[in-house]
Amino acid sequence: MVNSRIVITGVGLTSPIGDTLPDFRQNLLTGFNRIETLDVRYMGKIPAGVCHFEATRYQKRKEIRNGTRAGSIAIFCANEAIIDSEVDWKSTEKSRVGVYLGVTEHGNVETENEIYNISQFEYDTNYWTHHHNPRTVANNPAGEITMNLGITGPHYTIGAACAAGNAGLIQALQMLRLGEVDFALAGGVSESIHTFGIFAGFKNQGALGNHQDPNKASRPFDKDRNGIVVSEGGCIYTLERLENAKTRGAKIYGEIVGYHINSDAADAVLPLPERQAQCVKASIDKAGILPEEIDIVSTHATATSMGDIQECTALASVFQKCRSTYINNTKSYIGHAMGAAGALELAGNLPSFEDKWVHPTINVENLDPECALPNLVLNQAKKIPKVDFILNNSFGMLGINSSLIVKRY
Amino acid sequence: MTEKEVEQIVVDIIAEIAPDEDTGDLNPELRLRDQLELDSMDFLDIVMELRKKHGVEVPEVDYPKLESLKSCGVYLLPKFEAKLAS
Repeated sequence: MVNSRIVITGVGLTSPIGDTLPDFRQNLLTGFNRIETLDVRYMGKIPAGVCHFEATRYQKRKEIRNGTRAGSIAIFCANEAIIDSEVDWKSTEKSRVGVYLGVTEHGNVETENEIYNISQFEYDTNYWTHHHNPRTVANNPAGEITMNLGITGPHYTIGAACAAGNAGLIQALQMLRLGEVDFALAGGVSESIHTFGIFAGFKNQGALGNHQDPNKASRPFDKDRNGIVVSEGGCIYTLERLENAKTRGAKIYGEIVGYHINSDAADAVLPLPERQAQCVKASIDKAGILPEEIDIVSTHATATSMGDIQECTALASVFQKCRSTYINNTKSYIGHAMGAAGALELAGNLPSFEDKWVHPTINVENLDPECALPNLVLNQAKKIPKVDFILNNSFGMLGINSSLIVKRY
Repeated sequence: MTEKEVEQIVVDIIAEIAPDEDTGDLNPELRLRDQLELDSMDFLDIVMELRKKHGVEVPEVDYPKLESLKSCGVYLLPKFEAKLAS
């Protein structure tokens, strides 16, 4: 079992440009993005990616009120993924289902809200909500899924900064291989746009994206990029061992064949290209393939001045001789969905196994020469002869790097 | 102020904290838990909203006195009147 092949059999998502994979994909191929202007507490209007999914589809209004935004996002995505997987959920043994969600952070939104709340009562803590602890425990989004769906197997979140989406998938893969569970819900979620702290932190770090047209605020690889557009979102996959998926005749989106996570052990915020390159290379080695066999690299680039260059430096060192490896980015459409970013960006690329289109990075009006990688797909979708392997990068603060490789099945 | 007015304040709070529930036809004599899907956290919400919106405090030892609309009216009316008088 430890060498079991692990496949993706369902996808559920919510993003600023769509709440289903077909809608999300269509907008990526046609260059439609949607960044809104959000009124952030204490700060005013800031570009941000906002989701508009129908939370009441799977939750009562009281559950939405008592839970968290991350929990609602997670519940929506999990239900959509299960439906998409066409698994017989009613007869699925719920004690053999695991929930593994990546989060960049959790609890900031709820804590800030309560501090604001008691500020209206002269900071009297008698007005602090009794919902605070269940809302802010780190397992909250995963736990809300289990309560909603009656899952009695393991659940937890994986805190992995902005590498979290990949980390959730990797954790699920490992638990399936260990035989701890037979069916996994895995990916990442983020509610970060509802905390002013993340915006203020990026702003004071000189890393908050801005533009008079919010749809042009997220510009990875453009010379005039000026930082991150923070978004909310979620993407959860159903993962299974191949034999289970085949037995039930499941549709298979792809097989996870390689992955790696490592640490820069250097700077808290500035990435380290050498270590990123080692991460990418290690995932390729684990997949048992060569760099030139990768058809699409989904980059992490967040549109910060240094981060994009650092990742491009890393990628250039691995893929310099790879003439048929194409590189794209999804944050120009949806901003940086933090804990959901890696999972959402992978989802945006998965349909390319079938349609062989590579969605472009948009908003690149003036390509930064330091980001000018060969085969960077810019502004126009590109049809390529074959897509057998997709490599998905997600990197995060404190120097966490993650790469995941999915193979066409 | 009357007990009926206090009962309506409690109904309005319940409608806010449990928006899926039908609060239009509650029997004031029956336990709220027997008519609505309310758990212990919901009762804490009622206590919190009484504190926030009306400045009325309900000590923990008195929580059982909130079991029905009728008992809410009887128990809370003196507190509302004291609040109004202050």
